[in-house]
Amino acid sequence: MITYEWLYVLAGAFFAIWALLSLRDRRWGNAGFWALLAASFLIGSHVSDLVNGLIVLAMVAIAGVGGLKRSDPPTTSAEERFNFSELLGNRLFLPALIVPVTAVAGTLLYNYTPLGGTGLFEARRETLILFGIGVLVALVAAMLWLRPPLLAPAEEGRRLLDSIGWAAILPQMLAALGAVFALAGVGDIIGSVASGIIPEGSVFLTVVVFALGMALFTMIMGNAFAAFPVMAAAIGIPLLVEGYGGNPAVIGAAGMLAGFCGTLMTPMAANFNIVPAALLELKDQNGVIRQQIGTAIPLWICNVAIIYMGAFLLWN
Amino acid sequence: MNYWPLAGIAIVVLGFALRFNPLLVVVSAALATGVLAGLDLVAVIEALGKAFNDNRYISVTWIILPVIGLLERYGLQQRARAVIEGMRGATMGKLLVVYLAFRQITAAIGMKDIGGHPQAVRPLVAPMAEAAAVKTHGDLPEAEREKVKAMSAATDNIGLFFGEDIFFAIASILLIQGVFESAGYPLTPLQLSVWAIPTAICAFVIHGSRILAMDRRLGRIAR
Repeated sequence: MITYEWLYVLAGAFFAIWALLSLRDRRWGNAGFWALLAASFLIGSHVSDLVNGLIVLAMVAIAGVGGLKRSDPPTTSAEERFNFSELLGNRLFLPALIVPVTAVAGTLLYNYTPLGGTGLFEARRETLILFGIGVLVALVAAMLWLRPPLLAPAEEGRRLLDSIGWAAILPQMLAALGAVFALAGVGDIIGSVASGIIPEGSVFLTVVVFALGMALFTMIMGNAFAAFPVMAAAIGIPLLVEGYGGNPAVIGAAGMLAGFCGTLMTPMAANFNIVPAALLELKDQNGVIRQQIGTAIPLWICNVAIIYMGAFLLWN
Repeated sequence: MNYWPLAGIAIVVLGFALRFNPLLVVVSAALATGVLAGLDLVAVIEALGKAFNDNRYISVTWIILPVIGLLERYGLQQRARAVIEGMRGATMGKLLVVYLAFRQITAAIGMKDIGGHPQAVRPLVAPMAEAAAVKTHGDLPEAEREKVKAMSAATDNIGLFFGEDIFFAIASILLIQGVFESAGYPLTPLQLSVWAIPTAICAFVIHGSRILAMDRRLGRIAR
């Protein structure tokens, strides 16, 4: 049976290669950070929780002192890229399409044909495992088609990874924070406070408070990912899912998107809202936000309606 | 009841708002929450290590980077620009509505870095939208040109935000999965990502009609 463990070994190998290439490039901080992440993937299942915790603290220490830098591995020039793109045309999109097609078609095949009975994949894990397989297929296809130098995919991947930097593990870290919140009983505490404020049994008002909390926390922090574990632990899980029996998939997905509506309205999300205003040389640094508010507010209302209908009216 | 663990939430909110390194903020919040809930520090580090380890699948998604990087080496971004340039001659409204759809669809199939402000909006989408608006409506006051450019950037953001979650192997979807799984509600990525589709449709309809309304309004200003 193929499990997540296989996927972790694959990802661990990728991060280990990136660590080695960073080492060769004398980027010590990057090398250390990606080596620790590789170790987490490769041996995380076999060492104690304390060792895993220390790996986390070491990675955060490197990121915290600014040890991660962008990298600039050798690549093609802008002119070469233009010529290739003229030559290859829209076929360039095809290798990227292999990944979602493999994962979605594979998942449907696995779940709706007798294939599922074979127990080939760990239960509920098939989509992400198929994503990994799709990546390998796409990589081999692109290598055979384009015939780049052998190290090119690793170096191009490193260029992109280093432009993301420490933010690459932020979502995983936030999920871990959610788990620590759950362990510390944060949800129970807020649940007891909130149930005193929100009128007993008003599902709709609770949905509004949840979606509003997602948008407001996102606006304050500039990041919907950070708002999510907080609002899920506070209202989403204890009240909406456990208290009122709502559909967790809708509450999670549309709740996150309600947060994205907040991202559209805050200068704190500088990369999306302030940087483009500067790039376009707008006189008003909030010009982009001004154009987004008119979409964000009605769309937020749509998300409230989607949660209320999808998670409660249609679900029960 | 002990309300002190809530300090962790305050640390997250303040830390992000004050622009500290987000990883430092998150780990400090986790450690503080655990200790204030009465656990000893080593136990909290263990809990954090276990939770990080349990959620490794969220960061597995980065293995797609060599594929995208390799295609960029052979001109993927340039090809995307050519697709956008193919829209030359369209009205500003039509141009931005098509760009919105293009951005939503490519993000939904995992190519969220096609487009973007430095790569597409500044060199291409914004100047093309401005030129198209001037062509249809005649010379426009500076303030109106600014609005067209800002609307181009807004269209890029909205297309990305409300397309990307349809792709199941993306950090936000897996983060949702991880948070719910830690709380005892196992979900699959596809279960979550299909529920991004209704919002994606709403976003296209709402923002698309606002773009078209802006194009009509510019016509009245110019006359």
